[in-house]
Amino acid sequence: MDWVKILIDAGRAAVGVPAAAYALSAIGLNLQFGYTGLLNFGHVASMMVGAYGMAITVDRGGSMWLGVIVGILLALILGLILGIPTLRLRADYLAIVTIAAGEILRILVRSSWAEPVTNGILGIQAFADEFFDLNPIPVGLYGIGRFRFDERTVWVMILGWGLVAVVTLFMWKLTRSPWGRTIRAIREDEDAALSLGKNVFGYKLQSLMVGGAIGALAGMFLAIDQQNVTPDTYIPLLTFYAFTVVIIGGPGSLLGPITGSMIFWFLFEFLDGVMTGAVLNDWFFGWFEATDIGPIRFALFGVGLMWLMIYRPQGLFGSHEEMLIDAQ
Amino acid sequence: MPSSEAPLDDLARTPGVPKPDPILIVDNVQRTFGGLQAVNVQSLQIQRGTITSLIGPNGAGKTTLFNLLTGFDRPQHGDWHLNGGALVGIPSFRVARRGMVRTFQLTKSLARLTVLENMLVAAKDQVGESFWGGLFGRWRHIEAANEAKAMASLERFGLDHMASHYAGSLSGGQRKLLEMARALMVEPEVIMLDEPMAGVNPALTQTLLGHISALRDDGKTVVFIEHDMDVVQEISDWVVVLSQGTVIAEGPPAHIASNHDVIDAYLGLHHGEKP
Amino acid sequence: MLLAAIAFLAIVSMPLAALAENETIKGTLEKIDADAREPVEGVTITVEQGGDLIGSAVSDQNGAWEIPVPGAGEYVVRLEVETLPDGVALTDPERFELPDVSVRENQNKTARFNLGPGLSSGVSAWNRIGSLFVIGLKFGAIVALSSVGLSLIFGVTGLVNFAHGDLVTLGAVVAFFFNSPDLGGGWHILIAAIPAVLLVAGFGGLQEIGLWRPLRKRNTGLVSLIVVSIGLSFVIRYGILVAFSGLPRPYLNYAIQSDMQILGITTVPKNLAIIGFTLVVLALIGLFLTRTKLGTAMRAVSDNADLAESSGIDVSRVILVTWVVGAGLAGLGGVMFGISEQVQWDMGAKLLLLIFAAVILGGLGTAFGAMLGGFIVGVAIEMSTLVIPVEFKTAVALAILVVMLLVRPQGLLGTKERIG
Repeated sequence: MDWVKILIDAGRAAVGVPAAAYALSAIGLNLQFGYTGLLNFGHVASMMVGAYGMAITVDRGGSMWLGVIVGILLALILGLILGIPTLRLRADYLAIVTIAAGEILRILVRSSWAEPVTNGILGIQAFADEFFDLNPIPVGLYGIGRFRFDERTVWVMILGWGLVAVVTLFMWKLTRSPWGRTIRAIREDEDAALSLGKNVFGYKLQSLMVGGAIGALAGMFLAIDQQNVTPDTYIPLLTFYAFTVVIIGGPGSLLGPITGSMIFWFLFEFLDGVMTGAVLNDWFFGWFEATDIGPIRFALFGVGLMWLMIYRPQGLFGSHEEMLIDAQ
Repeated sequence: MPSSEAPLDDLARTPGVPKPDPILIVDNVQRTFGGLQAVNVQSLQIQRGTITSLIGPNGAGKTTLFNLLTGFDRPQHGDWHLNGGALVGIPSFRVARRGMVRTFQLTKSLARLTVLENMLVAAKDQVGESFWGGLFGRWRHIEAANEAKAMASLERFGLDHMASHYAGSLSGGQRKLLEMARALMVEPEVIMLDEPMAGVNPALTQTLLGHISALRDDGKTVVFIEHDMDVVQEISDWVVVLSQGTVIAEGPPAHIASNHDVIDAYLGLHHGEKP
Repeated sequence: MLLAAIAFLAIVSMPLAALAENETIKGTLEKIDADAREPVEGVTITVEQGGDLIGSAVSDQNGAWEIPVPGAGEYVVRLEVETLPDGVALTDPERFELPDVSVRENQNKTARFNLGPGLSSGVSAWNRIGSLFVIGLKFGAIVALSSVGLSLIFGVTGLVNFAHGDLVTLGAVVAFFFNSPDLGGGWHILIAAIPAVLLVAGFGGLQEIGLWRPLRKRNTGLVSLIVVSIGLSFVIRYGILVAFSGLPRPYLNYAIQSDMQILGITTVPKNLAIIGFTLVVLALIGLFLTRTKLGTAMRAVSDNADLAESSGIDVSRVILVTWVVGAGLAGLGGVMFGISEQVQWDMGAKLLLLIFAAVILGGLGTAFGAMLGGFIVGVAIEMSTLVIPVEFKTAVALAILVVMLLVRPQGLLGTKERIG
């Protein structure tokens, strides 16, 4: 087994495009789940409306900038529609409604009824030429040895990590303000916040909407990289990836989504390499075939999510004091 | 030691008796749970600037009445006014902003906020609490003023040395103190304490009692739920007895202690029973 | 634990890429009566792959229809018989579905349905409505069986178990192994169902003892428990995928049945059997909950665990029994689902949102609500195809869920205090 290759591939994944996209997506979810305590299982819907908002706008002759605005507006509206009926109910109801709403949306987008606008299951392609035309980086490979990326990937990575930096700065400003303190108070105890005169519903709605808008940015970024949106990309699994990223990094921590996403993608690629090698070398005594690697990885993903939630709910690097409080 | 001015001494000792300067007026508030009458208060007035204690056996509807008055629960019908302003249908957080703040029987400390943050979150009129205000507003000087106020209050309650610790790491008694101090940050006129002395050791009970009388001395109106008659005797200006959701007696503590209805409904039948 | 720490790493590469726009499945619907050919307009055709709807189309005035597909592969093409106009019917009524239409790259594959004059001027409206109603009841029975456990478990523990759908799959798959002559004993499916239900029930009990009870003892919060159940659902679902493979497979028995007529309604006998059998099981559950000591204890814990505890009920044992019964019922639901359709590794996960809809409709925490909600969801889904395109039928159930939460969050049979 080529350990060096496996490690380099894993390292590339940790700084690559999907890691940036999931860091961004997780920042939005972190605002909702980590800071406000909202169990939003329909985060993927925000990513979807963001991506489709942009793709459809460009498809109809609008500019990408207009598309970005449309995508964000759609995500804000989605948050409003989802939040108003559910945010007064208990956490588990929000989880059920949001996961259902995400699925309804996906069914609508892929339906023949919406096809004139969304192009049904085939989706929309090649809407980000404007962005790639701006690429100032000369053709070539950049990096050291095998740790290299082509000019297109570098350009997308600059956009992705640039977005992550800007949005993190925004979150820094927001969560360190009294507004941020109030949403954390709501996460700890809604009734206490109410008794202190805080409009809990209003704060939760704002958090859901803003987190959704950040999710929409993540969706757009992924769509730009792939130059492609199709409805069946946006399955609930994506939400659970984002949850895992948030939990690895530590819910309610400013940089958690970034470290979480890098660790997540590193381990993902690493595991993939190791298991592929193991199957080739027949370390499993022929119990598993190459086609089993995908499912096994998902099962291990489940084990990891359970383990994190039970033993490290404050993230891999959660503070000791917070752990103690959690155990009480 | 009941208030020396004793403006309530001349009042009739009948349930629902009007007070000379009521801050809170309750009219015909009813709440049923699945056909079971939980609260049915015909008339109740709370005198401004006094300590009124609400007593009654378990299940008498004391906490339910608190929930109703502070907007945490909705009555089937009824009417109540704070300082002349109607409160019916007003959501709980607005009730708090109007000057009536409550605490909870099971203390609700915001565990993963520091003690100081617990205090600051309760402070009023912080522009940085709105979304745009938090991003772009000039909230830091307000924050500094609030912090000074919060630290002074924490010192008074003996919690200043814990200011930077998570509230979740406080002891049970410290949490009670924090919850009271935090409620005061809202600058309420009326403060409603739901069994502040429940499950607290005798030494801390005395501390809490000291703080409660200090509130009255600051001109606040205090309503609190309590089980222990000795505690009630020691501190209250006025006592209201609730049984099966209705006010069965009210009067000065000395009068209540000798009232036969009260002894029957409360002490007689439920003596020794703890919540 | 280090191994587990490494474990959460998994991601599929996002399903994108290589989208050729060129593959389609198309056809022309004509009624051939002796020598006369006449195009048939307004008939719905759907294309599915692995149980997922790929697309649908309605034939135009020339009888033509065309459905783009995402790539080369095997597809199931179905003619929605209910949408045939009066006087037109399939010449072979069994051939309303073409099970394996294979499309090559860049191919415009033609799929053919043979239509002729109906024997009795097509399908009568009564038959159409009636047969959909029966299918709805059958599907509702499956949802109801699967929902009761989720609702009961929520009632006694407060947990919304996102892994409940995978217990349904587990029941279907375990029964498949006992039913299969190569892998198990080749037992008749009705016999194979017994060990399947018992094993899933036992698995439910083990889950409670090994996972949920210790977590409750640690005072783990509701939100954490829900996320743990999601992790568990991945473990079960993908474990099944490794063991069972991704291919949908039918049981040996009852896979194909010929139509029967009853009260003017066309249906297959197994639909009626599933409905009848489920009603009996649900009635027994109802009796258990209302007439036995254990059942009433279960409801008491569901109403107020503290009060039940203080009145001498062994809450921990009641919860264990609830897990065993609830999981067993889910397993039974899975066997029924497998008999009705086929066995597939993610069949229960796909059912989960419908289970949620049923449970919320009836009232989370109430067993009878879940039963009622299950039947309503099943019937609503199937009957909705009379008025709206078939591709929206799942959305109908989810819309019911959302609307219910808006107007009556406690559900039809729930009490208001629960939702606070």
